[in-house]
Amino acid sequence: MEHLINIFVRSIFIDNMIFAYFLGMCSYLAVSKTVKTSMGLGIAVTFVLVITVPVNFLLEQYVLKKGALAWLNESFATLDLSFLSFIMFIAVIASIVQLVEMVIEKSSPALYNSLGIFLPLIAVNCAILGASLFMQEREYANIGEAAVFGLGSGIGWLLAIVALAAIREKMRYSNVPAPLRGLGITFILTGLMGIAFMSFLGITL
Amino acid sequence: MEKVEKEPLLSAKNIKLLKNPLGQDNPITVQVLGICSALAVTVKMKPAIVMAISVMVVLAVSNVVIAALRKSIPGRIRIIVQLVVIATMVILVDQFLKAFAFDVSKQLSVFVGLIITNCIIMGRLEAFAMANKPWPSFLDGLGNAWGYGWILIAVSFFREFLGTGSIMGFPVMEKLGVYNFGYEDNGMMILPPMALITVGIIIWVQRARNKSLIETK
Repeated sequence: MEHLINIFVRSIFIDNMIFAYFLGMCSYLAVSKTVKTSMGLGIAVTFVLVITVPVNFLLEQYVLKKGALAWLNESFATLDLSFLSFIMFIAVIASIVQLVEMVIEKSSPALYNSLGIFLPLIAVNCAILGASLFMQEREYANIGEAAVFGLGSGIGWLLAIVALAAIREKMRYSNVPAPLRGLGITFILTGLMGIAFMSFLGITL
Repeated sequence: MEKVEKEPLLSAKNIKLLKNPLGQDNPITVQVLGICSALAVTVKMKPAIVMAISVMVVLAVSNVVIAALRKSIPGRIRIIVQLVVIATMVILVDQFLKAFAFDVSKQLSVFVGLIITNCIIMGRLEAFAMANKPWPSFLDGLGNAWGYGWILIAVSFFREFLGTGSIMGFPVMEKLGVYNFGYEDNGMMILPPMALITVGIIIWVQRARNKSLIETK
């Protein structure tokens, strides 16, 4: 249990998707103009992460890893399909995003409309594929750890984008030098927020 | 084979395809594409250069493939087709790096795989390769990859130089002997947030020099 909480806290604050690995920057920069839409996108990303990371974990454990196919037949024990992992992961992600899109469209048309184009774009959000690849690289032991890691990364991403959107809403009233306006100041802001987040470094439970 | 095209291979229009992305149409600082997997590899110059070359190969080849297939791809499933082409190229690059440059491939870790979701590649496929012939698409791919690559290399140059006092792993500062005068490396530069701030400053300089890029409120 303690171990799970540790993974959770780590993935939110220390290994934050945006501040530590710059993943999902494209939609992070593009959608962070108002708090409301960024909240919606953050929730959608978290949701997709919570589903895709465990699914890809199962895929990795039972299909892709070296010797993972041994449960099918003894003669497959030496097979190593890990070179296929990129294409398998992205296929899983694309289809789950499609599913999520259909579910949201049916259950909450208001959220669906406000997310607009960004919902299908989650499929090519680096944070999603990145989380699956980190899951593979860090070799989490069981599906619980993978799910907690997915949830934590999603919440970390949500925190970052909502915080940035809030700052950008306030920034409309400040006098930014003309060449820095828009993109430039957003980069510098994200950098400063990253420095603030670094104060969490070294926390272990 | 006889040339059927009316324009020469490197006409003014095609040269523009190569040159524009370096400056006023830069994928990172102007189009805001492909920042995701870019910044994390800029701590040292070597991985940054390898990353830039990998992106160039993937982008140029997948641009050509998609441009060649553009008339036979059904509109509804084009994203999936593009993803498959990109993913195949990335797998090739990844396997190549693992075979011939294992230590760099370890340093790049997940970021080679993340070229798949690098928006610059999908963006160029959608915006250019789907509507143009293979040769201009190839040039467009090269141009955009260079525009992406030089930002990557510039950022990694400053971060490595100021952060560890070396260039390409060669200890310049130590050889110059500036440590004797009390100079110290700025350890801050190695940390992730400084990559963002460095890019922010590059954008600042670029927009201050080219007023047409300034965003209106």
